[in-house]
Amino acid sequence: MFKKYAFAITIIVAMVLTACGPAATSQPPSVEPTKPSVVEPTKPAAVVPTTPPVVEPTTPPAGPAVKDLTILWAQWSPADYLQQIGALYEQETGVKVTVVQEPWGSFGDRFNVAMAAAGTEWDMVVGDSQWIGQGATAGYYVDLTDFMKSNGIDKSVTPATLQYYGEYPAGSGKYYGFPTEGDADGWAYRKDLFEDPANMAAFKSQYGYDLAVPTTWAQLMDIAKFFTKADKSMNGVAIYTQKDYDAITMGFENVMFSYGAKWQNPDNTVEGVVNSQASIDALQYYRDLYDCCQAPGLNNAFYTETNDAFIGGQVAMTMNYFAFFPALANPSTNPYANVTGFFANPAGPTGIRKAALGGQGLSVISFVSPERQKASLDFIKWFAQEDIQAKWAALGGYTCNANVLKTDAFMKATPYNPAFSETMTFVMDFWNIPTYAALLTPSQNYLSAFVVGGEGTAKEALDNIAAEQTAALKSDGVIASP
Amino acid sequence: MSARVSDYVGPHPKAHQRHLSNRAIVNLFIWPTLLLLILMNVFPLFYSLYLGFTNYSAIAQKAPVWIAFQNFSKILNDKNLWQYFATTGRYALLSVSLQVLVGFSLAMLVREKFKGNGILTTLILIPMMISPVVVGLFWKLMYNPTFGFFNALLGFSDPSRSPDWLASRIAGQPMPGLALIAVVIVDVWMWAPFVMLLVLSGLKAIPDYLYEAAAVDRASSWFQFWRITLPQVAPLLLIAILFRTIEAFKSFDLVMGMTGGGPGVQTELISVDLYRIAFLGQFRTGYGSALAYIILIIIIAISNLYIKYLNKSKGEG
Repeated sequence: MFKKYAFAITIIVAMVLTACGPAATSQPPSVEPTKPSVVEPTKPAAVVPTTPPVVEPTTPPAGPAVKDLTILWAQWSPADYLQQIGALYEQETGVKVTVVQEPWGSFGDRFNVAMAAAGTEWDMVVGDSQWIGQGATAGYYVDLTDFMKSNGIDKSVTPATLQYYGEYPAGSGKYYGFPTEGDADGWAYRKDLFEDPANMAAFKSQYGYDLAVPTTWAQLMDIAKFFTKADKSMNGVAIYTQKDYDAITMGFENVMFSYGAKWQNPDNTVEGVVNSQASIDALQYYRDLYDCCQAPGLNNAFYTETNDAFIGGQVAMTMNYFAFFPALANPSTNPYANVTGFFANPAGPTGIRKAALGGQGLSVISFVSPERQKASLDFIKWFAQEDIQAKWAALGGYTCNANVLKTDAFMKATPYNPAFSETMTFVMDFWNIPTYAALLTPSQNYLSAFVVGGEGTAKEALDNIAAEQTAALKSDGVIASP
Repeated sequence: MSARVSDYVGPHPKAHQRHLSNRAIVNLFIWPTLLLLILMNVFPLFYSLYLGFTNYSAIAQKAPVWIAFQNFSKILNDKNLWQYFATTGRYALLSVSLQVLVGFSLAMLVREKFKGNGILTTLILIPMMISPVVVGLFWKLMYNPTFGFFNALLGFSDPSRSPDWLASRIAGQPMPGLALIAVVIVDVWMWAPFVMLLVLSGLKAIPDYLYEAAAVDRASSWFQFWRITLPQVAPLLLIAILFRTIEAFKSFDLVMGMTGGGPGVQTELISVDLYRIAFLGQFRTGYGSALAYIILIIIIAISNLYIKYLNKSKGEG
C-alpha cells in the first residue's frame, strides 16, 4: 500500500523542503546593500537607493546590437500617443519601440512582480510617481542623475515635475525618472451655467460678487452651493470619494495643500503635521463641500464617476485629473463639450495654490543588459528634445517640458491646456517612499469615514491618520522608535 | 454482493478492442491528476503556510526570513483586524440567515404546481448566474439616491431626504451600518436562489405518504412543516448554510465593486483587507499568508460545527 503512495509522498516532501529553503530567485549574498552591475544585473538589497553606473549614450543613437525597445505603461490614451512617438523614433533610428499596455487595475502588480523576479521583459517603464522610492531603493531603476544633468534634461522640465516624477529621495538631486506624462487635478465647469445672465444676477445678489471661475476655495464653495438645487437635479460639484485605492486622499490633498498643510516634516515625522489646524480646516472644508453639494450617489467616486456626473448634466463643476479631460472636451462623449470650461485649483485662505499630482516618469529598468540600458537612454535623450516634446504634446501627451508648456501652440491645442500649464507649476504629491501603501491605508479609511460616512470630527480623523502613519513609519524604520 | 473492479474490466464482447489495464489507467489518469493537485493545491498550501512564518514580500527581492509567530501575534493584537473580523461575522450572519429565510420561502413557493412555475423558477435563478462584479455595478446604480429605483420602491421620492445606502446616510445624516445592510441585500438577492435550489431538491424528495398520513391525523399545516418538512429538508439546508457561510467569509468581489470597503471601514470585510495587505502596493506576502491561514482556521472551525450538527441531525453524531 505504501508503494502506491511513495511517489506522491516523495513529491510533497520534496516540495515542502524546497519551499522552506531560500527563494530561488533572490539570493542577496549579505545584508549589506549591494550595487547592481550593469554588466550582470543583480538584485540589490532594498535598504538604500542603489546607484547602478550609467552608460552614457553615444551618437548616433542605439547601435546595431539593439533593434527594439519595450516600454511598459498603463492602458490608456497617452500610451497610444507614446506608441506613435515610438514609431517616429523607429523612422529616425531604425530602433523599433513597442509600448506594452497593461490595464490600470493590474499595472502595479504586474510591474512589481516582474521586478521581484529581476524581469527583463521591458527596457523602460512609465511608472507611477509613488513608485519612485521602491524603484530606487530596490534597485529596479537605473540612476539617471549624471545622464540627465550632462544632457541638460533636468533643466528642460519644470522643477515640480522633476522633483515628483524623477527625484528620490526628496531634495537629494538624484534622479530615477524622466518626467514624461505630467498630470494633476484640475476642474471642469459648465460655462453656460456660469455665463447665464439670470444665474449671474442671482449669484451677485446672494453673495455680493460676480459669478466667475473661482479664485479661492471659499468662492468655489459659494458657487457649488449656488448651483445645488434642493431636489438634487443639479449639484455643485463632483469630487473624489473613492475608498478602493487612493482617490479620496488625492481629492482631499488639493484642499489640504492649498490650506498650507502637508503630509510630513522634512524628517518624515507626521504628528502635528498631518493633524495640524490647517489640515483640520481643509478636511472640514472637504466634508462640507461633500455634504452640501456632491452629486447624490457619488460616495465612492473616482475619475469615471466624476466625469459621468458632469456628462450626465448632474453637476456644475467637477474635479478630475487633466488626463481625463479629453472626454469632457469631446462633443461625441460630452453633450456639454462646447460649453465646458476648465480651470486650475483655486487658492487657499492664505493665497497658497496647490494641486494633487498625478502622472508618471519614464525610468530605465536596471535588470536589462548594458546595451539595452544604453539604447534606452538614447531614446530618452531623443524624446526629451524640445521639438519631440512639442510633437508629444501635439499628439495629446502631457509634456513636462518647461518651454513647450509656455508655447502658444500648446496653450491653444486644447481648451484645458492653459489650466494644465498653470497647474504644473504648483503641484505636490503624496509620499513616494516604499512605505507609501501602508501610509495610504489609514488616510483612505479615516478620510472616507469622516467625509462620506459622516463619522466623528475632522480632528479625530486626522489624529487617527497621524497615529497609524507614525506606527507604519516606525515599523518600516523610516522614523526612529522612541 | 461486493464486487471487485477487476470483475468489470474482463474481456469485452467485442474482443477485438484493446483495453487499458488497471495499471495503465492509474498511470494515465491518476498520477497526472495527483501531480496536478500537488502542484496547484498542496504545494501552494504548504508554501503559504511556511511564508506565514516569514517576513517575505513578493516584491522585495529578499529571501524569506523566518520570524516564527510574529505575524500571527501581530494579527491577533491588531484591533483593526478584529474589527474587520467582527464586520465579516455580522455580514455572514445577516446574509446567510436572510438567504435561508428567503431561499426556503421561495422553495416552498415553487414547489407548488401552478402555471408559469418553470419560468418563475428560471427567473429566480438568474441572479446567481451573473458575475458578482457586474451585480455590484448594477446595484450601485439601483441604490443611487437620485435615479436609482430602490429608494423609489421604498416610497422615497425626494433624493435629499432618501437614504444614500452606500454612504450610510439617511437625509444627509450618518446612519452607520446602512452600507453593510445594502451589501447584504444584494448578496441575499444573488444567493437566496442557491439555497432555494438545494431546499427544493429536498422538498421534492419527501414522500407524499408522510403528508397524507399527517392529513389523516388532522395535523395542522404548521405541525406538518415543523415535524415533516423541516426535518426532511434539514440535511440539505445545512449543506446550503455551510456553503453560503464559507462564501460569506470569502466575500470580496461584491464589496469591492460596490463600496471598496467604505465608507470608512464599515464594509471592510476580512477578505478585502487581506487583498490590500497581500497586494495593492503593500505586498506583505508573509503577513498576508498568516492572515489567510487564520481565516482558513476560522472557516474550518465553523464548517466542523455545521458538519457535526449535520451528522447529529442524521443520527450519526
